[in-house]
Amino acid sequence: MSEPILALSGLTRRFSTGGGFLRPARSMTAVRGVDLQVARGDIVGVVGESGCGKSTLARLAMRLLEPSDGTIRFEGQDVTHLGGRALKSLRKKLQMVFQDPYSSLDPRYTVRDCIEEPFRALGEPVPPGRVEDLLDQVGLPRSFAESYPHQMSGGQRQRVGIARALAYAPDFVVLDEPTASLDVSIQAQIIALLQDLHRQRDLTYLFISHDLGLVRYFCSRIVVMYLGSVVEVMEDPHAAPRHPYTRALMESSFVPDPEARATIVPLEGEIPSPFALPQGCPFAPRCPRVQDRCRSELPQPTATTIGRVSCFNPIEA
Amino acid sequence: MLMEVKDLSLSIGKVALLDRVSFAVDRGQVLGLVGESGSGKSLTALALTGLVRRIGGRITGGSIVFDGQELSDLPEPAYRKLRGKRIAFITQNPMSALDALKTIGDQVDQVSRLHLGLSRKAARAHTVDILTRLRIPEAATVARAYPHQLSGGMKQRVVIAMALAADADLIIADEPTTALDVTVQAQIVMILSELVRKRNIGLILITHDMGVVAQICDKVCVLYAGRVAESGPVGQLFDAPRHPYSAALIGCIPREGMATGALKGIPGTVPSALNYGAECCRFASRCSRADALCHTTRPLPHAQGAAWVACHHPQGIAAQPEALDV
Amino acid sequence: MTVTAPVSGLLPALRRSAPVQAFASWKGGVAGTFLILVVLGALFAPWLTPYGFDVQNLPGAFQPPNLAHPMGTDEFGRDVLTRILYGARTSLSVSAVAIAISLFCGMVLGASAGYFGGRFDRAVMVAVDLTWAFPEILVALMLVAIIGPGTTGTLVAICVAYLAQFTRLTRAQVMALKSETFVEAARGMGASNAAILFRHLLPNCLGPVLVAGMLATGDAIILEATLGFFGLGAQPPTPSWGGMMSSGSGLLFKGPWIILFPGLCIALTVVAINMFGDALLHKLDVRERVRTA
Repeated sequence: MSEPILALSGLTRRFSTGGGFLRPARSMTAVRGVDLQVARGDIVGVVGESGCGKSTLARLAMRLLEPSDGTIRFEGQDVTHLGGRALKSLRKKLQMVFQDPYSSLDPRYTVRDCIEEPFRALGEPVPPGRVEDLLDQVGLPRSFAESYPHQMSGGQRQRVGIARALAYAPDFVVLDEPTASLDVSIQAQIIALLQDLHRQRDLTYLFISHDLGLVRYFCSRIVVMYLGSVVEVMEDPHAAPRHPYTRALMESSFVPDPEARATIVPLEGEIPSPFALPQGCPFAPRCPRVQDRCRSELPQPTATTIGRVSCFNPIEA
Repeated sequence: MLMEVKDLSLSIGKVALLDRVSFAVDRGQVLGLVGESGSGKSLTALALTGLVRRIGGRITGGSIVFDGQELSDLPEPAYRKLRGKRIAFITQNPMSALDALKTIGDQVDQVSRLHLGLSRKAARAHTVDILTRLRIPEAATVARAYPHQLSGGMKQRVVIAMALAADADLIIADEPTTALDVTVQAQIVMILSELVRKRNIGLILITHDMGVVAQICDKVCVLYAGRVAESGPVGQLFDAPRHPYSAALIGCIPREGMATGALKGIPGTVPSALNYGAECCRFASRCSRADALCHTTRPLPHAQGAAWVACHHPQGIAAQPEALDV
Repeated sequence: MTVTAPVSGLLPALRRSAPVQAFASWKGGVAGTFLILVVLGALFAPWLTPYGFDVQNLPGAFQPPNLAHPMGTDEFGRDVLTRILYGARTSLSVSAVAIAISLFCGMVLGASAGYFGGRFDRAVMVAVDLTWAFPEILVALMLVAIIGPGTTGTLVAICVAYLAQFTRLTRAQVMALKSETFVEAARGMGASNAAILFRHLLPNCLGPVLVAGMLATGDAIILEATLGFFGLGAQPPTPSWGGMMSSGSGLLFKGPWIILFPGLCIALTVVAINMFGDALLHKLDVRERVRTA
């Protein structure tokens, strides 16, 4: 692999809830020792259930949250503790599209204000015609420039969110579940738009999602997270998964084919509380392939033919 | 038929929102009511449960027959007896469907005490039994918990338990899994489909996700802008969708082996109810097969085997069959 | 593209202009018209009346309302209508200016406390809550006692008495808003704290805080009048509504109009301000509903 555009190593983030009068403070590790390299032009998908730390990982990579441990390198430069002016210039290359298009746009801003905001935030003049160009690129009519978010549908708002992220011509865009709150028909539109933009503008994406089916379609590499740790990395999104959790996720997504019904075996149980993690492999309590060893020891990542997996008893290829 | 809806039309104020919607569901069957936001599917659910009057809606035509009883002109007190007891409604958001100040058990008990007249003790036993059947571990403990102590998937199961507590004959579920994780969604969907078979009840499942439909429904009714675009048995509709809208909705779900760029979505958005237009196909502006006819004449539903489709140019049919008199 | 892009978030807020909409409603229209008349009366007092507010005419004292003196004359023969018009200048300007200052300080304090949190927040809130622990009139009396009676004392007293309310309201709004994704998005674009505060947070909480300010102005007029009634407000011969009521209170049976008309003015103005504030709140609420729908 050539020099990765983004390299995370040992990235960790702990949160603690404030202790109260009668309550002791508790802490949880939302992201635990994540190693990840993203090559230029890649679309890396991060999948997992809610609470697995994927959104926290996105915010760490964006430098919106400070890591408790580990390093972030962007284009070879260590940006873990970057601040002030240097951080501002990093923002030009690193942008984000948020999950909820209803709260990610300021209700008092027109579409034009929203798209121009990245320039104003850095105190730079807006290139003339840039707003119109961006509206064209995200497939919105130019007349929308003076509209307010509440006058638009969810899909249209998300297009504004994408236009805003692209305003500065970034190299790297973090997509935090950009379609999770949209209808499937609109989700497909947005994904098609993101694919076009990826091709035309030579972008690199980190795509956060809970939908493995979508990630397998959209991404070139897949990272599966469970309770803060990466459990599997798949270099080939269409390969058969090795980790039992990845397989369970895959079996939980519904294929639009009534004949494929019988194959679904839903995963039993619930995700354990991140405040009281079980010993050993965090997936052990729900795992259909669990062994004694899984309950006491933490599995380390090992290489597979399609990537790497952290499991003592992976599914054979 | 357990519930048969025929030519149901509905307005709020002067705006006509549903236009001659028909479908039917029998015991032991799952009917999928599919469409994008704004297609009128949630409104249909409100019409079936008689709740539409509360938001100022008015049924302007057609009939809703439930177990031989006409519901469209049923007065509210009679409806109230039916709702919850025989027709259960599961709303979209499990977080807001539960009372934060009451325990799970008390909330489920309430339903069976009200509708089945059970004693306090019998109601609790009944509740624990239902919770267990919904595969909630340690049901007795969960019954003493408060909603905020449960996860989203658990809460949704409790909402389903409330729907079942009075032994309803028909469950209407409005996007019951939308806000949940995929693994939990799979669990809930499996539980629902199991219930329908085991207890021989009817289920109307409202969703925008063709994947879910393919998974558990027996029949599908595709709604678009307040009208039925296509309806029929699930196998037939997925094998050979006739209406371009059904085909497009199925095409929105990524599946294994799909080439890059194959996922296109449906261009544009559902028209607002204020500019529906009466004498045209409402899908015409987003349809690749539309021609002048589609913009000027309303397509009438006609039979295609066991299915019905309302399209001037249905897919997979060479010659246009004669429109039936509906 | 005929509309030019606004430079900050404040302009679109004004462009959509809830006050204009409030004025268009029945309630807001009546109240707004009354308020405008009162303000115009105060502004053009010297041209509206042939009398001076401090010109005594002892032989003409205690005249009941008649054609020459529509509201009668007081114990020194001064025209009551004239004194009410001049008194409106004192009462309205002191209340409005005090509330404006209080509003500004409260917004800055509350917004920064809510946004930055931590120790700064706690310090501000303790200080502010201290003034809130006492009734407004008590706080005001205390301050006037320190500063001394007069317009300045009244101004400072009103200012401090209402500071807590505005600080708390702004803080609550900012705390709710700062978890919105658009704030996080702004930070992701490199916006500074000041930019987030002034371009996103303050414009979004402006509406409710301004309405609170409007309603508080009504209360402030009463507070000002109360201080005037106790003789702690504007000092004679400068007329103020509270002061006029105070001097009229001893003459209730000899010349009831002397106390009646300033009292009526206070009551009507306060009611009008509240009505207009209500209409404004209603318009803002409707907008909120449209936004979340």
